[in-house]
Amino acid sequence: MRIIDKQLQMVDDDWEIADEDADLSAHADVIVSAAHWQKERDALSTRAGRLGLKIGGDTPLEGIAPDLDRFALVALEFSKFSDGRCFSQARLLREKYGYGGELRAVGDVVRDTIDFMRRCGIDSFALRPDKDAEDALRAFKELSVRYQTAVDGAVPVYRQRR
Amino acid sequence: MYRYDHFDQIIVNERVQQFRDQTRRFLAGELTDDEFRPLRLRNGLYIQRYAPMLRVAVPYGLLRSDQMRMLAYIARRYDRNYGHFSTRQNIQYNWPRLEDVPDILAHLASVQMHSIQTSGNCVRNITADHLAGVATDEIEDPRPYCEIMRQWSTFHPEFNWLPRKFKIGVSGALADRAAVQWHDIGLYLVRNDQGEVGFKVLVGGGMGRMPMVAVVIREFLEKKYLFSYLEAILRIYNLEGRRDNIHRARIKVLVKSLGAEKFREKVEAEWLRTRDRLILDEKEVERVKAFFTPPAYDRSAVDDKTLERHIAADPAFATWVKRNTRAHRVSGYRVAFVSLKPPGVAPGDITSEQLDAVADMADRYSFGQVRSTHDQNLLFADVHQAHLYALWNDLKRHNLATPNIGTLTDMICCPGLDFCSLANASSISIAKQINDRFTDLDYLYDLGEIQLKMSGCMNACGHHHAGHIGILGVDKDGVEFYQIQLGGSPGNDAAEGERIGPSLGKGEVATAIARILDVFVEQRDGDELFVDCVRRIGIEPFKARVYAGVESKKVRAYAHN
Ligand code: SF4
Repeated sequence: MRIIDKQLQMVDDDWEIADEDADLSAHADVIVSAAHWQKERDALSTRAGRLGLKIGGDTPLEGIAPDLDRFALVALEFSKFSDGRCFSQARLLREKYGYGGELRAVGDVVRDTIDFMRRCGIDSFALRPDKDAEDALRAFKELSVRYQTAVDGAVPVYRQRR
Repeated sequence: MYRYDHFDQIIVNERVQQFRDQTRRFLAGELTDDEFRPLRLRNGLYIQRYAPMLRVAVPYGLLRSDQMRMLAYIARRYDRNYGHFSTRQNIQYNWPRLEDVPDILAHLASVQMHSIQTSGNCVRNITADHLAGVATDEIEDPRPYCEIMRQWSTFHPEFNWLPRKFKIGVSGALADRAAVQWHDIGLYLVRNDQGEVGFKVLVGGGMGRMPMVAVVIREFLEKKYLFSYLEAILRIYNLEGRRDNIHRARIKVLVKSLGAEKFREKVEAEWLRTRDRLILDEKEVERVKAFFTPPAYDRSAVDDKTLERHIAADPAFATWVKRNTRAHRVSGYRVAFVSLKPPGVAPGDITSEQLDAVADMADRYSFGQVRSTHDQNLLFADVHQAHLYALWNDLKRHNLATPNIGTLTDMICCPGLDFCSLANASSISIAKQINDRFTDLDYLYDLGEIQLKMSGCMNACGHHHAGHIGILGVDKDGVEFYQIQLGGSPGNDAAEGERIGPSLGKGEVATAIARILDVFVEQRDGDELFVDCVRRIGIEPFKARVYAGVESKKVRAYAHN
């Protein structure tokens, strides 16, 4: 998968989003859906490759919370770029459930939303394939001052004013 | 009044650059219509019936004279010489060119203004009592908290893509002049039994297709928890609000479907988890408060004798003082309204000449500041009583002194079919019809306070649900009709008006209102207010009179509107 990584570099990595009925090669790094995980958790747990979980804005986090440490990555799927639920999902995963693995935005991921995603704790971005990566990277340079604190550790303006 | 520091200025400047680039990408075909729309909306830019419309934020209705002059300049240079004040205390331009908007924003930024989040599914401009800081019934000035919330909500990374628009209204006084209970979140500054001031929090108010008055979910919130509580509400809404149907997406629908109690439980649980991590910074509150200290009032203003003399000598001036000014906390000062409702003008419209003139008057008579009200007028908050006569003369010269504040013709009216692409019917022409019919000011004064509010469609930008008299334009096979409702209120007694019956044809609205007022005059108990009378006797007598003589067949034909 071609992504923008934590260091804001365009890179190729080995994660694949797996279909439920696909044959998973034992060593691949695969991202499975929550339903897939619930159904085949034993088989999935014994694989050698790393495991990622894909959730959407409507996935109840309480259900997956006990299993979070099994996943090296959680992919948050933005069904539409204007669907803002995963911004809250990301914050809850980081701040309520203490998830320390990689949070990846997938789906309708575009330049004009990724900066705020990053602020909410998402650290890699699988851009929509038709979007230009060089262009998207500019998003992180548009706003240099933050009014509020979030997951990104930005020092909000009101603390800089002291 | 708040002044930007270095950081605030960086934020609006960077926003101008960001939007300039978004516009460039759109014009270059890199962004589709669908992709650009939500981006431009977050900058207040609509594409309307005939042209783009740009809505500029006026945070909680406060403007400096230099900002007014810039608004005048923009109207002259980029628009057709006028602007329109809206019910969110903002100003809108109806005819800018899309290509010019980045430049307009740069001009605005140069006077510490912007159009950030004046539209789109995000936290909108926060509105407040237009008498904040000068009202005689105030517990605490809400404006510092409004400014603090403005900053907190600006580019909030988590809440920029909510299910639907989100409006917050704040009042710090006993009398609610800010329609607080009609907001997604309404905040009243209140005092508890220990004498501490905090917030009473209401949620789920809103107009539109499913009008609802907000419900209280917390009687008293310590100020330090303001952000954590707001974020808890917004987080629950962001996750659980409906996104499948735009007409069911406001927070009021979620509150209703969960039930207020269940909603409250969810909010409180989330808040308990986060409240100690997000404490409102006391130093920051103090810093912002320092911008809202009272101006240097003349303590001897009250000794002035000229006001009395002018009132005695000039009945027209006396009328204006009585109708268009209000008591001030400091004796010797008055609050003076600038009526944007003269006959023949669309309510809320103001020309660039008038904007400039108001700026000059603000400098001369009111410490360089002016305010917009949610009912589409302006006001000078701090006028020395010895200056009222000169102010009145200046206002008159610019057609801004119509003594109709609080009367029937001081109506709220949305842009309607003349500008708005969502409209079902014209509203400005109905305003004109009403103005043409009710020209006798003495009659209007006798009627007392009546709030007439009118919208050109169910979206209710003209607040018709909350009108003592509400008028709603509907479309029936391409023909404009109007529904009338009675008994609504925006204030402490907030309520939705009740519809009196089938909708009326375009030519019949003013006649129907005349009949409604006749019933009121006949049934009125002493000095009773119109809205109280409606509530006492119910809508039946009004209904009977309005539809008297209308053939039953015709009534039936309209009945399903
Ligand atoms: S109420 Fe309807 S017609 Fe009037 S401004 Fe709002 S959307 Fe447009």
